[in-house]
Amino acid sequence: MVQKLEMLSETASQTAGPYVHIGLMPSYTGNGQIFDLELGQSPVAEGAKGEIIEITGSVYDGTGWAMRDALIESWQPDAQGLFAGEAGADPKVSGFCRFAANADSGEFTLRTVKPGRVALRDGRMQAPHISLWIVARGINIGLQTRIYFEDEDNSADPLLARIEQRPRVDTLIAKKTGPGRYRFDIRLQGPGETVFLDI
Amino acid sequence: MMTNSPLIPRNRALHPVPYDPDYKTTMARAPLLPLLSMDSSASEETGPTFGHNQFGALDNNLILNWTRGAAPAVGERILMHGRVVDEFGRGVPHTLVEIWQANAGGRYRHKKDGYLAPLDPNFGGAGRTLTDAEGRYQFLTIRPGAYPWPNRGNDWRPMHIHISVFGHSFGQRLITQMYFEGDPLIPLCPIAATVKNRASLEQLVAPLDMANSKPLDYIAYKFDIVLRGRRQSMFENKPEGM
Repeated sequence: MVQKLEMLSETASQTAGPYVHIGLMPSYTGNGQIFDLELGQSPVAEGAKGEIIEITGSVYDGTGWAMRDALIESWQPDAQGLFAGEAGADPKVSGFCRFAANADSGEFTLRTVKPGRVALRDGRMQAPHISLWIVARGINIGLQTRIYFEDEDNSADPLLARIEQRPRVDTLIAKKTGPGRYRFDIRLQGPGETVFLDI
Repeated sequence: MMTNSPLIPRNRALHPVPYDPDYKTTMARAPLLPLLSMDSSASEETGPTFGHNQFGALDNNLILNWTRGAAPAVGERILMHGRVVDEFGRGVPHTLVEIWQANAGGRYRHKKDGYLAPLDPNFGGAGRTLTDAEGRYQFLTIRPGAYPWPNRGNDWRPMHIHISVFGHSFGQRLITQMYFEGDPLIPLCPIAATVKNRASLEQLVAPLDMANSKPLDYIAYKFDIVLRGRRQSMFENKPEGM
């Protein structure tokens, strides 16, 4: 016999289902009256330091259909690479946002500040990125991925360096479409499948 | 707790399989290539925080919050309560818990839900709260009805409440569903059955909790939620191998 490890098991995930908006973005489905203040409406307030950008895209299923019901959360540091709550962080950047695919077009838009670089624990520097968490009907456990930027130096990013099939790196890089504007599409399955993370 | 230490990697064997033909929608939505596994970084170890000033007094009372206290929702009154803890059993204080659910007839207040059962004019179906200093939370609500859904020929969802939990880091983010003890639809449900580990599925079923039920008012169900923990070594803040 050995000593007993006193550990609990993480609660299993279940799909967020088709009606996730009721709980997380009530105004999306016309239920805005339920709370005084909806959480995660914008990751930045007026006056945030840095470059304000807009990222547009869609979440495509394995048939190439732009999903109308996907809900996404994003989390990121401010322009200096500091997360909300850290000493010196920009008080105008909460860093957290909830956004959903448009029910008609399937497109989403995230308006935020371009994030700064953040070092790993061992000192290696990561390229600027925004973390995403995607849920919808048919997704049994929330999907983690990251948005990197085409106009940044991504060559030494430790996560991107771990991707064996180099063409797949592209699935994590937002393409510049204009000043302060980017396109970032997410493909759940099939050709061009986005790299999803287990971090 | 070491605040600057990595999250414990997820044991995905305890989670639902992403691709399951019995739950048809997963077939075109589950990634088929392997996930990229890495030690967590600040992006996963930090996370949003929420303050009490962002919440209203009725936010965790689904019986009254839709009408702002003017009229109660129809249904069997229940108290849903429990603790949010990490894998070491430590309470997760001051973290956001959100729930949403169908009304007593099994109908959601969502523009995409066209089920025959009527909307309850006094029920919105969403609530939220922050855990207390020990990780405890509670909601007053009504028992949601079971309802049919388009999947196989005749599939019904057991009574369930959707729950979203944050923890203190974005990598702990979790959405799950609470089922009710004794519901005969649980073993028939293809969504519940995406969890292949029997103990993990049982962990999603809330027991009736008579001790915390209030006579002549509501009955209680207890649902504890376990989030990922963090490694506890003091040897973390060093480059690999040093």
